[in-house]
Amino acid sequence: MSTDNKRVKGETVLEIRDLKIEGNSDGVWHPIVKGVDVTLKRGEVLGLIGESGAGKSTIGLAAMGFARPGCRIVGGTIMFDGIDLRKASEAQKRDLWGSRIAYVAQSAAAAFNPAHTLIDQTVETAVRHGIMTREQAEADARDLYKRLQLPKPDTIGDRFPHQVSGGQLQRAMTAMAMACRPDLIIFDEPTTALDVTTQVEVLAAMRDIVEQFNTAAIYITHDLAVVAQMADRIMVLLRGKEVEQAPTRQMLKQPTQDYTKTLWAVRKLAKEESISDDIALRVHNVDASYGGMVKVLDNVTVQLPRGRTVAVVGESGSGKSTLARAITGLLPPMKGEVYFNGKPLPKALKDRDKDTLRRIQMIYQSADTSLNPRQTIRDLIGRPIEFYHGIKGAACDRAVAELLDAIELNESYIDRLPGELSGGQKQRISIARALAAKPEIIICDEVTSALDQIVQEEILTLLMKLQKETNVSYLFITHDIATVRAISDEIVVMHQGKVVQQGPKTKVLNPPYPAYTELLLSSVPEMDPDWLTNLLAKRAKGKVKA
Amino acid sequence: MHPVLRTVLQRLGLGVLTLIVVSVVIFSSLELLPGGYAENILGQGATPETVANFKKELGLDRPAYVRYFEWIGGVAQGDFGASYSGVGGTNKREVAHVIAPRLYNTFFLAILTAIIAVPLSLFLGVMAALYRNSWYDRIVNAVTLTTIAAPEFLIAYLLMLLFALKWKWFPSLSTVGETTPFFEHLYRAALPAITLTLVIVAHMMRMTRAALINLLASPYMEMAKLKGVPAREAIVKHALPNAWAPIATVVAFNLAYLVVGVVIVEVVYVYPGIGQLMVDSVSSRDMPVVQACALIFAATYILLNLSADVVSIITNPRLLHPK
Repeated sequence: MSTDNKRVKGETVLEIRDLKIEGNSDGVWHPIVKGVDVTLKRGEVLGLIGESGAGKSTIGLAAMGFARPGCRIVGGTIMFDGIDLRKASEAQKRDLWGSRIAYVAQSAAAAFNPAHTLIDQTVETAVRHGIMTREQAEADARDLYKRLQLPKPDTIGDRFPHQVSGGQLQRAMTAMAMACRPDLIIFDEPTTALDVTTQVEVLAAMRDIVEQFNTAAIYITHDLAVVAQMADRIMVLLRGKEVEQAPTRQMLKQPTQDYTKTLWAVRKLAKEESISDDIALRVHNVDASYGGMVKVLDNVTVQLPRGRTVAVVGESGSGKSTLARAITGLLPPMKGEVYFNGKPLPKALKDRDKDTLRRIQMIYQSADTSLNPRQTIRDLIGRPIEFYHGIKGAACDRAVAELLDAIELNESYIDRLPGELSGGQKQRISIARALAAKPEIIICDEVTSALDQIVQEEILTLLMKLQKETNVSYLFITHDIATVRAISDEIVVMHQGKVVQQGPKTKVLNPPYPAYTELLLSSVPEMDPDWLTNLLAKRAKGKVKA
Repeated sequence: MHPVLRTVLQRLGLGVLTLIVVSVVIFSSLELLPGGYAENILGQGATPETVANFKKELGLDRPAYVRYFEWIGGVAQGDFGASYSGVGGTNKREVAHVIAPRLYNTFFLAILTAIIAVPLSLFLGVMAALYRNSWYDRIVNAVTLTTIAAPEFLIAYLLMLLFALKWKWFPSLSTVGETTPFFEHLYRAALPAITLTLVIVAHMMRMTRAALINLLASPYMEMAKLKGVPAREAIVKHALPNAWAPIATVVAFNLAYLVVGVVIVEVVYVYPGIGQLMVDSVSSRDMPVVQACALIFAATYILLNLSADVVSIITNPRLLHPK
């Protein structure tokens, strides 16, 4: 099979009219996509953007004629290259899937079968659909790996999914999608689970290969800056409806709808930086490891001033969360000390007294897993009040109600279960639970990563308000530079278990940078549609010079 | 050393340790049983002197720990000692010789049953997962649950009634001896094997079904579907390789049961297996035979569980091919 089969550009490949999809929850069907039209021409990339619940993924899958269990397509037409996918039989759709329409899932780590090698999974479709022999397909897969700039393209296919990195897996999945040179690829948040530094390479590789083969694509994401790099046209969705649609540059420059403007405005939250010498917590020369020879923290020194916010940034695996575990005593350091108000803290959690425990609290990334789904809000927030302050009964209820006011919910929530709340409300409950102990320090571990941008802003604003009221210090662990800009006074940059840099926000975010900080900052996507192109050009030039 | 080999060696070492502990438990619990071989043989009319003399002849007058080490030392060299039943007479009966033919019969029946039951359960389980909540699924579940819930002897007598008495396809009694030819043995063991199959299929089939259904919701199964892989192929090729670990555990458990727990079926069909021998030896207090049987049962459990662990390691690429 020829690798660069030119297809006629401009011919319509996908036409969705008045698509209506329903989802089932607790036995009741309710609309989740309410009449959406999509037209896609060959070689065109359409960006679908919106918050969670907007129906992005559902529409993307419907473009393949597929609805997840618990969803059903109830109205409209889906025409793919003259074939009505709503009327097509399962067998007809199976013939199209993988060969003419391909899917790239959000988490490559979960979407690759752990039991088979990469190349087995890459060639499966081509061999199954009888497009190539196994030998041809393998040779072609290696060619694709090379085009996607995977390391050792000739042998990487013999590896199992767990033996390669997340970014490599995501590229391998793109190769898998490309194996039959489909007419249409659905990219479903393909870089959401990746670090920014990895994301750049994956975005570049995906954009290249889609261009090379003149493939039409639907690119689903909640990240505006990412979609600006990838898409020719952007469609903004809100609760299953199109808000507006326009070519990328026009959409970025002049969004016409209010909702789009609020999406664009989110990243403008910023805190005035304020420096203090009153150190509440000092991590001094700490080493930590999870057994074995690898140091997850290597001689880490970090200071947290009272009433301030120190953001800890770095890629996954840089030791950010381990730092939190070392401070809280969940993972006693092998070397070094943690000083709290000038006095060394006992290393292990079990050696710390109740009052020390009370003063350092933690909020986790996922409120879903950190709140017991069987406990009411009264129990969740009341427990630390009773445990640390000995307040019980009606007095405890009053304290819970006060905390609910503080987090901008109200007393009416007190008898509810976490399952009845939205993601943002659940994270507010986690914050109230931490506050209930009246702590001096709160460690926030990626607390906004799982939330939509608008909700993120609300949570960050709340955290800043609470800091003003209670003078609590935040150690804010995150991989998101926009969040860092929004809330921090000081920044700690971590890389491979070491602190690359600690300093005031304005100093860290402005040149001169240490090499790693520069790499990290330059990898954060910007709204400029030429950002990726320019960055790659700049890096290529830098490499030539070096 | 490859991690798999290291794990196997580690487990084998642990297995030997477990066996030693088990041997102590067996020996001491048998010591605690009321009555003894001497009292049993000599009957109620025996005087204390005759009992004491007989015990001396059996070596039972010596302290328990001496006898334990003597026994375990022999076992370590492959000598299980002599059965009490031959002591004093001219034909001394080695435990190994008493047990060997019975053990052969038991393994024969166990392997025969396994050859029928394991593939059958896997097939039924895969189909039940594929057509989950269909009529097929419900019927298979209902039937297998009924057969596991019914007492073994009931199933045995029902099968005997139908296959042996009514249709006369198989003999009603499964008496075999050391001279029985292989195919004759197969024919005679058929009914016990079918009975045991009915007893163990439900457990293995339901675990296969559950392990597969558990995986069906995973993103890589959705991916397989969206790559155009038909449902049946997706289950066999994409789900099953990830489901072996729990299935192997349940299969090992059931196979162990086939070796150590089939005394009722043996009795009903008069099949001379090791379960029957052990029960007889316990009631006559023939301790060397009981001890040997118990050790063999323990070793069977340990080896089968080890095999299940090995299966779960070699079917998990994360363990087989570390980073």
